[in-house]
Amino acid sequence: MEVLMIFAIGILFTVSTYLILTKSLLRVVLGVLILSHGAHLLFLTLSGLKTGAPPLLGEEAGSYTDPLPQALVLTAIVIGFGITAFMLVLAYRTYKVHETDNFDELRGSDDD
Amino acid sequence: MTNLLILPILIPLLAGVILIFFKNSKMIQRVISVIASAAMTGISGYLIYAVYNNGIQTIALGDWQAPFGIVLVADLLSVSLVFLAGILGLVTLFFAYQTFSAEREANYFHTFYLFLMVGVNGSFMTGDLFNLFVFFEVMLISSFILISMGSQRYQLQESLKYVIINTVSSMFFIAAIAYIYGVTGTLNMADLSVKIAQLYEQENSGILTVIALTFLFVFGTKSAIFPLYFWLPHSYFAPPAAIAALFGGLLTKVGVYTVMRMYTLIFNNDPIVFQILLLFGGLTMFIGVLGAVAQFDFKRILSVHIVSQVGYMIMGIGIGTPLAIAGTFYFLAHNIIVKSGLFFFAGITEKITGTTHLKKMSGLLKTHPYVGWLFFITAISLAGLPPLSGFFGKFALVIAGFEAGHYFVIAVSLATGVLTLFSMMKIFMTSFWGEEKLPDPSAKERKVGKLILPVLPLVALTVILGVAAEPFFLFSLEMGEQLTDPSYYVESVLEE
Repeated sequence: MEVLMIFAIGILFTVSTYLILTKSLLRVVLGVLILSHGAHLLFLTLSGLKTGAPPLLGEEAGSYTDPLPQALVLTAIVIGFGITAFMLVLAYRTYKVHETDNFDELRGSDDD
Repeated sequence: MTNLLILPILIPLLAGVILIFFKNSKMIQRVISVIASAAMTGISGYLIYAVYNNGIQTIALGDWQAPFGIVLVADLLSVSLVFLAGILGLVTLFFAYQTFSAEREANYFHTFYLFLMVGVNGSFMTGDLFNLFVFFEVMLISSFILISMGSQRYQLQESLKYVIINTVSSMFFIAAIAYIYGVTGTLNMADLSVKIAQLYEQENSGILTVIALTFLFVFGTKSAIFPLYFWLPHSYFAPPAAIAALFGGLLTKVGVYTVMRMYTLIFNNDPIVFQILLLFGGLTMFIGVLGAVAQFDFKRILSVHIVSQVGYMIMGIGIGTPLAIAGTFYFLAHNIIVKSGLFFFAGITEKITGTTHLKKMSGLLKTHPYVGWLFFITAISLAGLPPLSGFFGKFALVIAGFEAGHYFVIAVSLATGVLTLFSMMKIFMTSFWGEEKLPDPSAKERKVGKLILPVLPLVALTVILGVAAEPFFLFSLEMGEQLTDPSYYVESVLEE
């Protein structure tokens, strides 16, 4: 199961790298979004997937699922959600002001 | 006593939330945010005293003991940086009152300034790696808003890049935390220090180097180390001078602080990382200063200089002896003060002449002599001339480098010093010295007035840190001893 997940995460990272390196504004934002999914899955996978037990450490528990990564990934997802929302608004505003979604045209300095 | 530790995080958080409800009252906003910043600074000043006398202080949040819960740790490094952040925040506020439009202040500037302080103070104080990520994000989201506030054409284009680059590096932060959690099963920094030291003794410690370098990528992006600095000069040029001063003085320094913490506490045995830190430190400072030499704009020169100064600190961490760490801290403190002071001067000249381009102004020394000479003091302090604060930081770094035998990187740092002096003098010679040439004639009569007041404490501090360097340097040396021996930190966190 872990091996399968690692491949899935690898594909997510590859796709997001491709998207971030493109010149279209919306694709870059999507790329960052996919990268965050990859990172979150990586966290869940690396700390061990389902072991068939509840996330409780009872007095006599033989096996248990580590609850910490789930709590942390939940926090990270919430943060990522907020940042994505902000990034979309900023991208839209930039598109409105510059009238382009091409990063090649979002260059140059103020003073020339 | 230990409960005081949470106040530098809690005060700005509460004040920021309260200020959301007073959007339309300028007076209340100003008063509350000044009181909050002053309280934060005062408490951290007291904490320095307490930590200096009683050793490292910790607090387990929610009474979950380390290594299971989140701890806040105040050692000399973190409380001093919180104190400096408070001072910088205060002067920035006063500068912002003079320069900001009413509209900007009405649109939650104060709230996000205070949230930024929550993030900065939290990053300095936390003893947990994931909590560090959370405070980083608090800081970054506030900085995203502060940098894009105003929505000028250029500002939007550069803040979009700033947001994307920082978000990508945050995602790698999560990945690096995932790796380190997968390997050690803990995220408490003190506990990590113990476990990773044990893991280094086994064979196959290659994975640890990979993790260390992933963290270096993350913090390197935030603190603008050599191959990852390209976003900084443009982004810091975009916002107004007060915000640029806050960012230039604090945000990259938070990155440097985390590099310092990670590689003195957790990865302090890694054989490869320190070589890489030295290499990148040298490259960062040299390429940064070359960029500054090529620029002809006040704010751009300062922005590119941030990169160069970060190089010195990374070099100090790479040398890694107690003296080098002391020098790094001294340089860091000096840089927080001087760099934001210089950004304020850029704001003042912009207010006088309406431009930051050096070729469009000249001879300001005749019309505004105080500004000119105060700038001169700050500029030569940045270049590292005695008897000002920049000299002692560099001096300690050079001596530590010689003792450790890193002659080449020291030679690079000395050459960088000369070029720094050159680019600072370029600003002074073109904009203050020489024939009077102002873009419009009314600029001559334009008074600086109260604008100069926020700069005075910063100039005074750089002079004091230079002329009365001994007590401050002894303090830094003690900090260097404390940081290079992780057992202090580990024992005071895990003993509780």
